[in-house]
Order: sequence, then C-alpha cells, then structure tokens
Amino acid sequence: MTISSPAVILLLPFFSAVLILLVLKRSAGVSALVATGSALLTLVLSIGVLMKGGAAESAVLYNWSQAGGLSLDIALKNDALSRGMMIVVTGIGTLVHIFSLAYMKDDAGKARFFAGLSLFMFSMTGIVYADNFPMMFIFWELVGVSSYLLIGHWYTKASAADAAKKAFLTNRIGDFGFMIGKLVVWSMAGALMFDGMKEKVDAMDVAELSAAQISSLTIATLLVFCGTVGKSAQFPLHVWLPDAMEGPTPVSALIHAATMVAAGVYMMVRVSFLVGVSHAGEVISWIGGVTALLAALMATQQNDIKRILAYSTLSQLGYMVMAVGLGASEASMFHLFTHAWFKAGLFLGSGAVIYACHHEQDIWKMGGLSKKMPVTFATFAACTAALVAVPFVTSGWYSKEAILEAAKEKGGVLFVLAAFTALLTAFYMTRLVVVAFLGKARDEHGAGHAHEVAPVMFVPLVILAVMGVIGGFGAVAGAILGHEQLPAHGHFGVVGMVSIATLIVGAGAAFVLYRGRDRDPVNIKLFANKFYFDELYAKLIAVAQDGLATVVKVLDGLLIDGLGVRGAAGLASGAGGMLRRLQVGNIQGYAFLFGLGVLLLVFLALAK
Amino acid sequence: MRTMVTLNDYLIASGLLFGIGLAGVVLRRNIIVIFMCLEMMLSAANLSLVAFSRFRPTGGLPDYDGQMLVFFIITVAAAEVAVGLAIIVALFRTKRTVHVEDITSLSG
Repeated sequence: MTISSPAVILLLPFFSAVLILLVLKRSAGVSALVATGSALLTLVLSIGVLMKGGAAESAVLYNWSQAGGLSLDIALKNDALSRGMMIVVTGIGTLVHIFSLAYMKDDAGKARFFAGLSLFMFSMTGIVYADNFPMMFIFWELVGVSSYLLIGHWYTKASAADAAKKAFLTNRIGDFGFMIGKLVVWSMAGALMFDGMKEKVDAMDVAELSAAQISSLTIATLLVFCGTVGKSAQFPLHVWLPDAMEGPTPVSALIHAATMVAAGVYMMVRVSFLVGVSHAGEVISWIGGVTALLAALMATQQNDIKRILAYSTLSQLGYMVMAVGLGASEASMFHLFTHAWFKAGLFLGSGAVIYACHHEQDIWKMGGLSKKMPVTFATFAACTAALVAVPFVTSGWYSKEAILEAAKEKGGVLFVLAAFTALLTAFYMTRLVVVAFLGKARDEHGAGHAHEVAPVMFVPLVILAVMGVIGGFGAVAGAILGHEQLPAHGHFGVVGMVSIATLIVGAGAAFVLYRGRDRDPVNIKLFANKFYFDELYAKLIAVAQDGLATVVKVLDGLLIDGLGVRGAAGLASGAGGMLRRLQVGNIQGYAFLFGLGVLLLVFLALAK
Repeated sequence: MRTMVTLNDYLIASGLLFGIGLAGVVLRRNIIVIFMCLEMMLSAANLSLVAFSRFRPTGGLPDYDGQMLVFFIITVAAAEVAVGLAIIVALFRTKRTVHVEDITSLSG
C-alpha cells in the first residue's frame, strides 16, 4: 500500500468526516474548520499533483478481494483527466466550504452538515480517481448516499425528506442499468480496469466484429449510460434534480451543479472508447439534446431562483451528454470544466441573495438588488454572461462553441436543437437577472432591506466569477486539463454567428418582456408544471403498485389463505367433526359398531 | 319319507337366534332386555356347538368335546350374568332409570 498524494487526497476528507461524526459532534465551529481545512489541504495537494504531471499511472491502494483470476482493487488512476477534474472538485469544494462557514453559521445541524460535505468530497474523489468499474460503482453509490444526506439536511421538513428519497431512488433506477451494463462490458472485454478495457476494445478491429458483437456492445454502452441518465439527471430520470433544491444552497452549488451531476458525464468520457465502437452514440446524443431542450423550456416559467438554476444545470448537462454521444468527448469535458465554475458561482450568488433577502427564494419578491448588493450583482452577472456564452470574453463561449461545432458536423437537427436551446438559455437567464436584480424592490421586508453579504461569502463568489471568465482561455484550461484534452480551436464561422444571433435574440426578448414588470406576463402552464412529468410518474407508480398489490392479494387469498391456512384448519375441524359422532355415549351405538367390527373380522378370516 | 334334519338346519337356527339377539342388543331400549338378548346370543353359540358335536361323530359316537365346552360356557354365562346384574343395579341406584338412552355421561 503506497501513500501517494492521490491517496492522501482521497482519505483526508474521509478521516475528517469520521472525526467530526465521532468526536466533534457537539462543537460545530471546530467541525466546520476541520472540514474546511481538509478541503483546503486537498486543493493544495491537487495543485501539487497537477504541477508534477507525468505520465498516466495507476497505484493500487488496497486489494479488496482476489477470487481466481478476478482481482478487485481500490486503485487510484493518476492521469491528465483525473488531475484536471480534481482541481475542479477540490477547488469548488473548498470555495463552497468557505461559503458555508458563513451561510450555515446559525444552523442547528452544522456539524452534521460539514461531516456530510467531507463524506461527499471523499466519495467524489473516489469516482474521479477510480481505476476500474467496480471501484467507480462503489464511490458512485457513496456519492448518492452523500447527496441523500445533504439534500435531507433539514429532514424535519417533509418536502426535504421526500426530495432526498426521490433523488436516491431515481439514482438507483439508473444504477440498475449501470450495473448490468458494467457486467456485459466485462464479459465482452474481459477486463474491468479502464486501461485494460480500452486496450481490448481498441484491439478489436471494427471491421472484423460481427453484427451480434456490435449489438451487444451497443446495448452494453446504453446500459452503462443508464447510470449517467440517473446520476446526471437526463430525460427521463431528470425529475429529482429540481426537487433536490430543498437542500441548503451550498449543497446545490457543490453537488448538483459542479460535481456529482458531472460524474455521469465524467464516467462517459472515461469509457468514450465504447461509444466510438458501438452504435450507441446516436441515442446518447438525442437524449442529451432532448434533455437540454425540455429543461430550457421548463426554466422559462419557473419563479424560484434555485429552480431556474437547477433547470439550467439540467440543460447544460444535456449539452455535455450530447457532445459525448457525438463523439466529441474533449468538448464535453471542456464544457464540464467551465460550467462547474460559473454554475457554482451562480448558485453561491443565489445563496447570497437568498441569505440577504431573509430566505426568500421567489424572484418576483426580489428586485433592485443591483444597487443593494453590488459585488454579488457583479459576480452573478459575470457568471450569467459565461452561461449564455457572451462572445470571446467568457469561458462559456469557447466550450459551448466547441459543442455546437460538434453538433453541426455530425447532425443537422441536433444543431438546430442546440442553437434553439442556447436562445432559451439566454432568455431565461436574462429574465432572472432582470427580475431579481434590476428595477426596484418588490418586497419591503425582504429585498428592501437587503445589504451586501460578508467577505467570507463574497470572496468565493469573486474567485468563481473570475474562473468563469478566464477559465476558457487556452492557457488556463490547457494548464489544468492538459493541452491534448482541449478540443481543436476552430475559426470563427457559421457556428459563432449563430451563437451570437441566438444570444442577442434571447436576451433582447427577455429584457423587453420583463423590464419593469411586477408579475410574469407570460404564463405557459405546460412549462411551469414541468410538462407534468412528476404527475405522470406518480400515476405510473401508483398503477404499478396497485396492480402488483392486487395480484399478490389474490394469490395470498387463494393459495396461502385458502389452501394453506384455512385448508389445514378446515381439514382438522372436519375430521374432528366426523370422529366426534363416534363418541356420543350411546351404548347401543357402541354395541352396533362392536358387532360391525366382528362381522368385518369374520369376513376377513373367511376370505383368506 | 321325511327328510333328515341336517347340520345346516341347526346352524341356520343358531344364526337366526344370534341375529335376533344382536338386533335386540342394538335396538331395544330397556337395559334388562338388552341383557337378555345378550344371553340369547350366548345360547346361539351353545346351539351351534352342540350341533357340531352331534353331526361330526368320531368312531360312531358324538364328539363330546363340543358338549363339554357348552357346559363351561353356561357356567361362565351364569357368572357373567351375576356381575352384569350387579352393575345394572349399581347403575340404577345412581341414574334411577332403565332406559339406555338416558345413560350418556360418557359422551364427548
């Protein structure tokens, strides 16, 4: 067992969580500092690992089991992809920890919250450094557990507890497919480690593969993609992410914007060689595209600031998945990277706004915050600019352009879909900024009395906003992600012009529609009610449960009750009833039976 | 010429006697009558024994083993009657009835 930097990065948050839960439960302040300290330390170590660079290597930390030829290890893979991703995870993680020091200052469950954050850092690090499928699955589930614990942090609130349950169950459904796909890939490629798998699959000459083999690979890839559908909240398992906003805002920023939901995309990038060989790419890219469009449509009609951002995350994840499906996994990874920074910035900014407006989350009760909270407004505007891909000066422009290029190359309809979604993105984000920040305060008690938040809260915002702006430039992204990971930088062409056009149309329309309004002039029930997916699923589940319950009831009544329980009892009582008639105390009856018995004996004796 | 009385006739008579006795035991309600029918069944058996003794001669003379057994049976029957009547008297002292239908304390 070698103690290398990646091992320390992995285990430090784990020990922090254990320490907090076992020892420090009562001293919340110390717990917060321990957790933040561990996050900071992992960030420093990650930067060190990044700077050291070097070729890709895998170090076995612990051999979990050895059965025949199968060896399951906890092994840490240190290559360009994991190094870059770790900067995102530890960087945003540290900033969220610092933000939470102030945001969760007065919370009763503060120690539990920071323990949960540490547990999450441990699990996410495990996914990033995973060397083989089983290890990734273990940490995948651990991340789901951390998400459950953190979404349900305020568990006494029924909606929060329900949302946590919903998130976990929806994830589990995806993980079911993931598990099966994993096993199929193992059987076909004969190896569970990503390196070994890649070698085997690359070695398979595509021309020599039979149609059956390609079909199996396609099905396996799609099943593995089920894990992504669950974890990264793609259609049709997208229903948990908006409800997950019941958790505290730092949780939304860390888990449901930057890292956990990106784990699905990260996993697909890790196994992108599978997508290349099989025919699964089309399905994957369409699911991504449809998710992006649906989420953007739903976002245009939401009124809770966190919900808007949640649907925005869904939409951007759709973009990333679409890129993976189209084979442009570098573009996808690049967008994951830039999106993490500015989305976390947006969420933490919304957290600052919510905190300043005394926990008010409805944008129609805000307004005029640009004057009352200038720093927050500036960072929020910068991150919004990155999200809607303002040309050339923001990171979002470069990564989104890369994805749009890929879409245009491979398929016309997807390009139109992606461009329209970009228009909608500009529309709803501008709507959010105009309604919440510009104009005058609509609620005296909340927004009217807002003031700028403490430096502990706005410094992370500033750092994230800066990364949101510069993170797209080749120098910065190249240094972190590795130059070979970046997509080839195309010249400014049709894609760029379409992008700028959609931005202007979307932002302009929102500005004109929403400037100076007090109520939402547009009212599209279908979008506001999230296309009624939740109701549909509830009905489906109810029908299935009722059906199953009826079947079981019939079987129980007929077989177990009828034959088993009542049958046995009935048999006993019937036999008893019959035998009872022999014992009535009637002498003549007894004499008769006596005579009958003698007759029988005589008959038997003679018959011999 | 008058036909000879064969063994079969005696056996039929004995059987009929036994049958009547059995019917009496099962069907009559008075316990004394049941007891008398019981004795009738015994005498039926005696009759068949004597019949066999007469109709299966050994060396020209009847087989006296059957008749000897009849003597024993009569003696035993007498003893049995003594005991049986004692029981009936004891039963009458408690139940005050000779109707066998009313004696049902062994039911259940």
